[in-house]
Amino acid sequence: MATADWNPLGEVYYRKCDFYTMEWAGVVDISKHIVAVSTYGGPIALMKDESKTGRVVTNLKPVIGIYTAAGKVQSQIRWNSGNVVTIGWSSTEELLCIQEDGVVLVYDMFLTFQRTFGMGQEAKDVKILSAKIFPTVQGSGIAVMTTSFRIFLISNVDSPRIVRLAEVPGLNEAPSCWAIVVTDRQVRALVAKGEELFLVDQGGQYQQQQPDLDENSGPITLMAVSFNSKYMALFTQQGFIWIGTADLQKKYCEFNTKSTKLPDQLVWCGNGAVVGLWDKLLLVIGPDKDWIRYNMDTPVHLVQEEDGLRIIGNETHEFLQKVPTMTEDIFKIGSLKPGAILYEASKEFQNGNQKADEYIRMIKEKLDEAVNQCILAAGHEIEPSKQRMLLRAASFGKCFLTDYRPEAFVNMCQMLRVLNQVRHHTVAIPLTYTQLEHLSMPVLIDRLVLRKLFGLAVKICQYLKVPDNEGRSRIMAHWASFKVQQREDEEKLARAISQKLLDVPGVSFSEIAGVALKQGKKQLAIKLLDYEARASEQVPLLLEIGQDQAALTKAIDSGDTDLVYTVLLHLKDKQQNPGDFFMMIRSMPIALSLYIQYCRQQNLKIVEDLYYQEDNSSDEGNCKVTRSYLLDHVEERVKLLEDAMNCFHRCKNDFASKQTDEQIRLLRHQRKLEDETGHTYADLSLQKTLYKLTIDGNHQYVEKLRKEFKVPDRRFWIMKIYALAEVQEWGEMEKLSKTKKAPVGIEMFIDACMKERNVGEARKYLPRVPPELKVKCLIRLRMFREAAEAALENKSEDDFEYVLSRLGLADRQVAEQIRGMRGQFGARK
Amino acid sequence: MAGSGAAHLNTSKLNLGVLRDYYRRSFLECIDKCKGSKALVWDDGLTGPFGLIAEASMLKEHHEVERMFRLQSSGLPTSQVQNIIFIVRPRLNLMETIAQCLLSEEVKGSHVRKEFYLLFVPRHSLLCEKKLKELGVYGSFSSVDAFNLGLIPFDSDLLSMEMDESYRECYLENDFTCMFFAAQSLMILQALYGTIPYISGKGDCAKQVVEMMRRMKIETGGVEPQITPQIDNLLILDRNVDLLTPLLSQLTYEGLIDEIFNIKNTNVKLPPEKFLTAEEKKNTKDEALTEPKKFILNSADELYAELRDKNFNAVGSIVSRKAKTITAEFDERHAAKTVGEMKQFVSKLPHLQAARSSLGIHTSIAELIKEVTDSDEFLDSLRCQQELTHGLETDKVNPYIEDCIARMEPLCKVLRLVCIQSLCNDGLKPKVLEYYKREIIQTYGFEHLVTLSNLEKTGFLRLHSTRFYQTIRKTLKLIVEEVNEQNPNDIAYVYSGYAPLSVRLAQYLARPGWRSITEVLNILPGPKVEEVQQIPMGLRKRRASVTSSQSSMGEQKLTLVFFLGGVTQAEVAALRFLAQQDDANSGVPQEYVVATTRIITGNSLMEELIEGAQRYHPDGGSVH
Repeated sequence: MATADWNPLGEVYYRKCDFYTMEWAGVVDISKHIVAVSTYGGPIALMKDESKTGRVVTNLKPVIGIYTAAGKVQSQIRWNSGNVVTIGWSSTEELLCIQEDGVVLVYDMFLTFQRTFGMGQEAKDVKILSAKIFPTVQGSGIAVMTTSFRIFLISNVDSPRIVRLAEVPGLNEAPSCWAIVVTDRQVRALVAKGEELFLVDQGGQYQQQQPDLDENSGPITLMAVSFNSKYMALFTQQGFIWIGTADLQKKYCEFNTKSTKLPDQLVWCGNGAVVGLWDKLLLVIGPDKDWIRYNMDTPVHLVQEEDGLRIIGNETHEFLQKVPTMTEDIFKIGSLKPGAILYEASKEFQNGNQKADEYIRMIKEKLDEAVNQCILAAGHEIEPSKQRMLLRAASFGKCFLTDYRPEAFVNMCQMLRVLNQVRHHTVAIPLTYTQLEHLSMPVLIDRLVLRKLFGLAVKICQYLKVPDNEGRSRIMAHWASFKVQQREDEEKLARAISQKLLDVPGVSFSEIAGVALKQGKKQLAIKLLDYEARASEQVPLLLEIGQDQAALTKAIDSGDTDLVYTVLLHLKDKQQNPGDFFMMIRSMPIALSLYIQYCRQQNLKIVEDLYYQEDNSSDEGNCKVTRSYLLDHVEERVKLLEDAMNCFHRCKNDFASKQTDEQIRLLRHQRKLEDETGHTYADLSLQKTLYKLTIDGNHQYVEKLRKEFKVPDRRFWIMKIYALAEVQEWGEMEKLSKTKKAPVGIEMFIDACMKERNVGEARKYLPRVPPELKVKCLIRLRMFREAAEAALENKSEDDFEYVLSRLGLADRQVAEQIRGMRGQFGARK
Repeated sequence: MAGSGAAHLNTSKLNLGVLRDYYRRSFLECIDKCKGSKALVWDDGLTGPFGLIAEASMLKEHHEVERMFRLQSSGLPTSQVQNIIFIVRPRLNLMETIAQCLLSEEVKGSHVRKEFYLLFVPRHSLLCEKKLKELGVYGSFSSVDAFNLGLIPFDSDLLSMEMDESYRECYLENDFTCMFFAAQSLMILQALYGTIPYISGKGDCAKQVVEMMRRMKIETGGVEPQITPQIDNLLILDRNVDLLTPLLSQLTYEGLIDEIFNIKNTNVKLPPEKFLTAEEKKNTKDEALTEPKKFILNSADELYAELRDKNFNAVGSIVSRKAKTITAEFDERHAAKTVGEMKQFVSKLPHLQAARSSLGIHTSIAELIKEVTDSDEFLDSLRCQQELTHGLETDKVNPYIEDCIARMEPLCKVLRLVCIQSLCNDGLKPKVLEYYKREIIQTYGFEHLVTLSNLEKTGFLRLHSTRFYQTIRKTLKLIVEEVNEQNPNDIAYVYSGYAPLSVRLAQYLARPGWRSITEVLNILPGPKVEEVQQIPMGLRKRRASVTSSQSSMGEQKLTLVFFLGGVTQAEVAALRFLAQQDDANSGVPQEYVVATTRIITGNSLMEELIEGAQRYHPDGGSVH
């Protein structure tokens, strides 16, 4: 019977099922230990409790052991530090050992020491009485009560920041009990001072609380906050259990246990019932005063979970939970819910009974609901055989539905496969479906990694098709980080790791190398870094190890110039001698040119020095030329240009050195001219100097410069014609045009006149234009009709076409006339 | 979240609106990190590009951006905002300006406590952060962030990184930072549009970019974008493979606008006289007339979309035809008799009015251009270019170039011509080269000794070597004698007879494949890159079955052509032209999207290489 182990509690049922038979059976008696169990199916930590053994207290330090949820020992150490007050687990499955001096030591589940921090000076000075570990939004928090009855807490063990809570007024002896209440990100403590209850917060405020308690109940001696922090149970000296909301504003019931004995544990089973434990007696109390009593075979320890209660004993590991609604709907005797009927139908079908059909017809309208119920109910079963029955029912029902989306079914099958795997006693993570939903798959995979079950984690990821970067790659990286910590030959390790990881995309080799480096395995780190794909990760680490050359090469290969600069500036700062630095980069052209770019932005002079060291006289000279323009004094400039000339000389660039020489002379001439005339000539080119001198009428000096610098005749003439035109020296110009053997054509004069918009002057030159240029010159003068006629006269079709092509500039009427002349042209031909 | 004014990005096969939205979202995330009212302080070089992804009005309305300032050393105007965000490129001189701003804010003091933020575009720079520390202001920032703005969508088929000196940095200074950015932006593109299965490339930088991409892919840890590839091919071309094309005068409408007036981030500023109505001219004062008028040029403007890639000689006839149709459509109102017809006409009215105003604008722009293209300077220069590209008398000093120098015409023009000659002659004879160099130095100034050295280092100018140009010209049919400018049948129309080498490479890649031009590819500088990126089975495009009658039609193949070191508008036009050709015999029609480090003209390319003291004066020039 599916309901055989169900016990009613008011309107709902509770059931207890077995997780594991403990491997420690016969070896461990948990009643002699302080027990700490990590939630969500986490491991168990045991510490010998000297007070419970009843033996004479010796100086021997206790042994701390970590066991899986199935009671298999993982590791053990003999405690060799101060007195431990409390042990417990953080949300990331780290073991927190809180000593009486407030020092917290953090270990992983293999009892490898991780880190330590304190709970403040006051805790250290006066010692602590007790400590509590509680879940918060950020992770896990720790609260301690000092012997001076003050509470200090941190709300995240990963970044400890100590906060002092307000003082409880008039508290001069240890409170009868206290608890931490987390609401809306605020962490407060509830402290019982006899019959009074105080809520103290971080802002220094306290509030007295008045829960609706029976007047005969006596002082509060035990408190239990539910898993979701919403509900609260209080136990009083007179044996009353008060159940209500965490803010104590609402009372559900007050139950009289008629036992004045303080329970060993008072906890919540899920969020629906309170459980008290007296030795081997377990009392489950519902919010409506209903109760169930269980007698256990051995001493047990209770662990609150989100949806139930884990009962860890010397022989077994059991789970007490409220029967989920879906399960109740299906299995409750006489249930007529669609799921129940589908389940029956499926069973009949397997028996070959026609009733199956009859049942299906009964729920035809609600078949999809029935399928969903069966799927969900399967999720809540621990035993694979029951899961299978329910899934089979769901699958059977699905056959009758045409458009049922299969995702829910497939997902559930996958989840159950994963759950059954991790629940297996070799892994021993007894998670329920509800817990997995809350914990999420990535966290479960993390937890497998924490247990060093890398293979299983990878298989699960592959089975669930988790993308490599979230799944396989990440796990393999963890594996490798773990691997590098092994005491093995570095060479061998490097090979083993690279073999496994090379085909896994996206593994951060630099992270693994970082771990190796922390372990002092430099060679291994260097080898691993070689596999790193991301230069931005690799290069800084290489610099850290002192692999400068490799860092530079990798940075250059990456193409990321910022990274190259990172290395270059690092090296420059590091090398005492700039020469060494230079020697290092000169063999790498890209590094060198980037460094030159950098220097160019700082100071051109440094660039020159660099080129000089590199024997690059040509660029050194160019640099000096450019820099000469930044100097003010002519003589300084000349000096620099002379240097440049030497550079050009060295690299046998005769042209450049000759030009530089000319420039020096030009500079001196310009200087002299400025002194003589008061006009500015500085920074003008030779041609512009000549032009300006012509305009200024200094023809003598023009001639001088012309000869000295061997200005080609044609260029000189053109310069002169345009300069004369600009200053309207038409007479001079005409004189010039009559010079024999002029190196320029007469059309140049026309053009110069037209540039100054002097049509009259331009026309004067027209008669002297050679026939072949006539048309062009006429167009320049905008004499389109004459141009067209000239073209006709020359019988040149090309010229006429040219005229036609330029008609865009002409007057519309004239243009029309000329187009008309086209026919004439054809006729004459 | 497709913002207003970006609809034109969605019109091609590859929806670049997706990219724009991606940038927009990441940018808003960046600025929303600081709570409360804010002022943005812009590096001048970024306002243009950002205008294309997030409009000022949107920032003001929805993101508490109350003020926008220009970054200048005179400091910040007074304001009551809680947060000040500096948005800058990682350049050292800008860091100094920021420091000045921060220090002057400190002196001023204010009763409102201000928080300062720094946002680097496109990424952090160690050098800049170091500089800020040296200047003692690094600590004043609440946070220093980076916003990776890579390829900015300019149009439905055009992306540019607008890195000012990308050519100079890569090819002259051997600084491959912008190649790294290019590779990064390609990774972003792949994240949004799927892995590109085939990559081809030519040139040293292309090879580098492909290698960086490979490395970045490994770095991401094998996380492939789970998207069916929307881009079929990636072609990466070094500007160095084809230096000749950008030097020639572009002859498409858009190319000419760019050459003459400089298009910046799809904006152009034009002299205002042509754009005022008679009445406006009367009413506005003279000062208003000198203020240039700004226009946005993109395919959102239907007429511009049609005109931009046409040879300028074809623009006139299209404009007049358009004018006629619009007038005809306006005249329909006289024909409208019934209320229904009237209503129909009225519904068309906004569209018609927009078309008419656009027509007015482009008529005026065309007139402005015509003034230039009808000038002797322009025509003579064009004739000279054509002679040179045809290989006529390229081994002697060219008299036209000589006269240009003598007349002291703009240096850029002269350099372009000399470089064209050098490229078309496979280098110049030592005497000729020296003559030109001396003429240039004597005329334009001695500082250009360095400019000329830069040109020699980058290969624009060189000494005579083996004759290759003729082979390339013939094999790739660079010179096309009969060009129909009105209804072109070859890409050569964009330069009236010269087909851009770069685009020919793209054309041959699509059909019949690069194997057919192995010889030319070996001649051209730099290695050839071919790479296949595996696409997971599930993401591959489903091929039409072989038996299907439609299989021969095939689906359009989309090729992304990435020009490292810059691309001209004329080259873009040529690629668009290729996309429009539906060759009956080709089988697979091609579609192109163009990406580049910067949109260039011959002048802007030359300016990158021209050396002068202004490069090193603080605050002077555009350099670092």
